[in-house]
Amino acid sequence: MGLVENGKLPGPLTKLLNISRKYSLWVYQWGLACCAIEMGAAFASPRYDVMRLGVIPFPASPRQADLVVISGTVTDKMAPAVRRLYEQMPEPKYVISMGSCANCGGPYWDSYSVTKGVDQIIPVDVYVPGCPPRPEALLEGIVLLQERIASEDMTDRWNRDPIVVT
Amino acid sequence: MSNEASAQQLSYIENQASDARVNIELETEGMTLNLGPQHPATHGTLRIIVRLDGEQVVSAEPVMGYMHRGYEKLTEVRTYPQVTTLVNRIDWLGSFANEVPFILAAERLMEVEAPARAQWIRTALFELSRIANVVLFLGDMAVQLGATTPVFYAFRDREFVLNQIESVTGGRFHPNFDRIGGIKDDLPKGWIQETKDVLVRINSFCEEMEDLVVGNEIFQTRTRGIGIIPADTGLAYGLSGANIRSSGVDWDLRRDGGVGLIHDQLDWKVWTHPDGDSFARYWVRLQEVRESCKMVGQILDGIPSGPIMAKVPRIIKVPPGEAYVETENPLGIMGYYVISKGDLVPYRVKIRSASFNNVSITPWVLKGVYVPDVISILASLYFILGDIDR
Repeated sequence: MGLVENGKLPGPLTKLLNISRKYSLWVYQWGLACCAIEMGAAFASPRYDVMRLGVIPFPASPRQADLVVISGTVTDKMAPAVRRLYEQMPEPKYVISMGSCANCGGPYWDSYSVTKGVDQIIPVDVYVPGCPPRPEALLEGIVLLQERIASEDMTDRWNRDPIVVT
Repeated sequence: MSNEASAQQLSYIENQASDARVNIELETEGMTLNLGPQHPATHGTLRIIVRLDGEQVVSAEPVMGYMHRGYEKLTEVRTYPQVTTLVNRIDWLGSFANEVPFILAAERLMEVEAPARAQWIRTALFELSRIANVVLFLGDMAVQLGATTPVFYAFRDREFVLNQIESVTGGRFHPNFDRIGGIKDDLPKGWIQETKDVLVRINSFCEEMEDLVVGNEIFQTRTRGIGIIPADTGLAYGLSGANIRSSGVDWDLRRDGGVGLIHDQLDWKVWTHPDGDSFARYWVRLQEVRESCKMVGQILDGIPSGPIMAKVPRIIKVPPGEAYVETENPLGIMGYYVISKGDLVPYRVKIRSASFNNVSITPWVLKGVYVPDVISILASLYFILGDIDR
């Protein structure tokens, strides 16, 4: 599979890989703060039911996960753990930054102990604003990410702007 | 080179021999298990360093501060109305309940009192947020013991409570609805009947949990007699809320505190349990949800008419003084010690949150238990990380 990293894969095969990635996004269960409850509502409640989108919220280890939702406040004490868990995920990996705290610090913009934005330590693919965002907003972010994965080309993977859910 | 190689060989042989010795004599070595800061069973970012001897816990040390956001410092640069936005996020499952003690403390300093209708609506929302909080616990405790179904039921029925909170306050999660001298808005049309329907739903959820979880043999085996906290030890560690009531201490600030909510005008009961184990903590909380439903039902029937806002100046300046108000929040006693110097912002706010004290008993209660029971005890103590670290 060295071809994938080189970006020299034939078109149909890329498409097949992308479709498989799109519909089997394994999400790492990672609750940080308030947003974790809304994430839990999106993942575990029958009303929102993320699994109908092909997202599987089961892995308890980052090594099995494709997607991580940074749901909540990242403090300076937590930041090394966030970075370390991100590095343990296998490629290709995607990050959704959920909530104002993870996006930019949110209501703790002037706090001495909060990291103002998780994008300072790991690259972010989708920003979901809100404090906390409704579960629908997180689902919207996941759908937009899936659309992007469907038309993804490995060569320009690292050169694109992140998605912002509006 | 050859010396190194032979040294390596020697150490390899030694290791083999020591392994063999262990196998023969069944020696156990101490092992340190690092539970967290991210662990599915700690529902948040609490880290517990557990030293194990075989399957038994020798010592457990909670490491806090992974969710410390500096609340007490931030409140010094926020005006009084802005502080409620902030303190919503301390105990994020029952957000409205966090605002109430702070607003009551500010009201005491300003010597204003909310009108009767505002106090009744406040109490209704206070109890609804307790339901929203504890209902999730009832499912979450089961999921941590390996039963996945109850948490789906909990999320399903919690949504309806959140809908009711949202239709009054506009905020599904963090209402920011309480104001000094009253509340922001009146109840919307048709809310009372809708809430009554939701209460019926929550009561049937409690029945379901009684059948599914409390009556479950595996659940009982994993919780009965596990993590027993005697009443005097619990009191010495400063436990509060359902954690201390399940040790047989009949103490509830809603009944005994006499702060500015109207619980004393309602007909309800404080539940206690003599055992003090994990099962008792679950059972007491289950009964509390039912009592809260009963209370909200009575409030909806007896809510008085009238204004919802007392006369307060547009720009709130709190006169100098000190006030401490504590209320019985979903997790236990929550108090705010507010010092004012007559400014727009508080001079100092000390927050006494329930989970910090509840989690401080973990070194004592985890000593000597088996590894699977650690999860059961931590789940039943029911802390929220924002409430520990603030």
